[in-house]
Amino acid sequence: MDIPYTVELRPDTGLYNAKVGIWLFLASEVMLFGALFSAYILLRVGAPEGYWPHGWLNVPLGTANTLVLITSSITTVLAWVSLKANQFGRFKLFHAITLLCALVFVGIKSFEYHDKFVHYEFTLKNGKFADGHMVENKLKQDGNSFTGYAVIRGHVVEDERELYDLNAHKAPAHEDIRIDGAQIAKMGNYGPWHNTYTAIYFTLTGLHALHVIGGAIVIGFLWGPGSKLWETDPERFTNRIEISGLFWHFVDLIWIFLFPVLYLL
Amino acid sequence: MSLKAFHLVFVTAAIVLAFGFGVWLLKGYASPGGSAWDLVFGLVSFAAGVALIFYERYFLKKTKNVSYL
Repeated sequence: MDIPYTVELRPDTGLYNAKVGIWLFLASEVMLFGALFSAYILLRVGAPEGYWPHGWLNVPLGTANTLVLITSSITTVLAWVSLKANQFGRFKLFHAITLLCALVFVGIKSFEYHDKFVHYEFTLKNGKFADGHMVENKLKQDGNSFTGYAVIRGHVVEDERELYDLNAHKAPAHEDIRIDGAQIAKMGNYGPWHNTYTAIYFTLTGLHALHVIGGAIVIGFLWGPGSKLWETDPERFTNRIEISGLFWHFVDLIWIFLFPVLYLL
Repeated sequence: MSLKAFHLVFVTAAIVLAFGFGVWLLKGYASPGGSAWDLVFGLVSFAAGVALIFYERYFLKKTKNVSYL
């Protein structure tokens, strides 16, 4: 049995079915990300004065990831154009580059996540705040009290708001600081539980990264075993590449919005 | 909308981002703590925006026989 309208255009829509399907799916994705962007705006405008973070993310790494995704969009569309021009070898090359870009993106994002998970803020019993990356952790927690010690590479501030706007407050040079457990009132890393900013940051970028991984799996399949369809039904295979390319462009377009919102503004 | 049309939308958004990022960097350069790198990368960002405009024109020429639908 043949599946209808995989290649030929359906008379009532003027499109092949998969294209209608992917656009319906992308419409639902717009609602999903739209809701999360709205949540971001509401959290940001509702944050107390001086408590919305600025300068917490690594702009050079975010810029590198933006360049990687823009490159991947160009190569994915060139892969599709190569198939239209009956150049299967060029398609393989361009799609391999797309796949590589996806892996680089996920690698850089993982590095950024790791950096947040080893970054700690300590509320000290003397009312000050110590902030920095964990160098040595020999702390033991028993209820609300701590024993042992930790060494962080960072700095100590008197007002917590100095930790929030890193663009406005020039951070002093980082140095190794030993913190004894008896000094600590509260501690925590910069994971999603740290505050509303890290919560929405990890939600938005984590969901986006899952889309990148999902797209990479599909692109990998179409580059590898799925490419056998080119030998038997080249037009249908070309359409599959267009569909995966539409999804990939959507994922990249989300990043084009995420980057300035999270890293720059 | 075909991949061709969506690609044009995407590249246009990337061009806007490149110029916007360039302005952000130049503002950083003009601020008290700004460094020369802000100026350099700001100009590079503007150049990337211009390069994307030329790419978009090249892409339109290359795909003139491909439908927007």
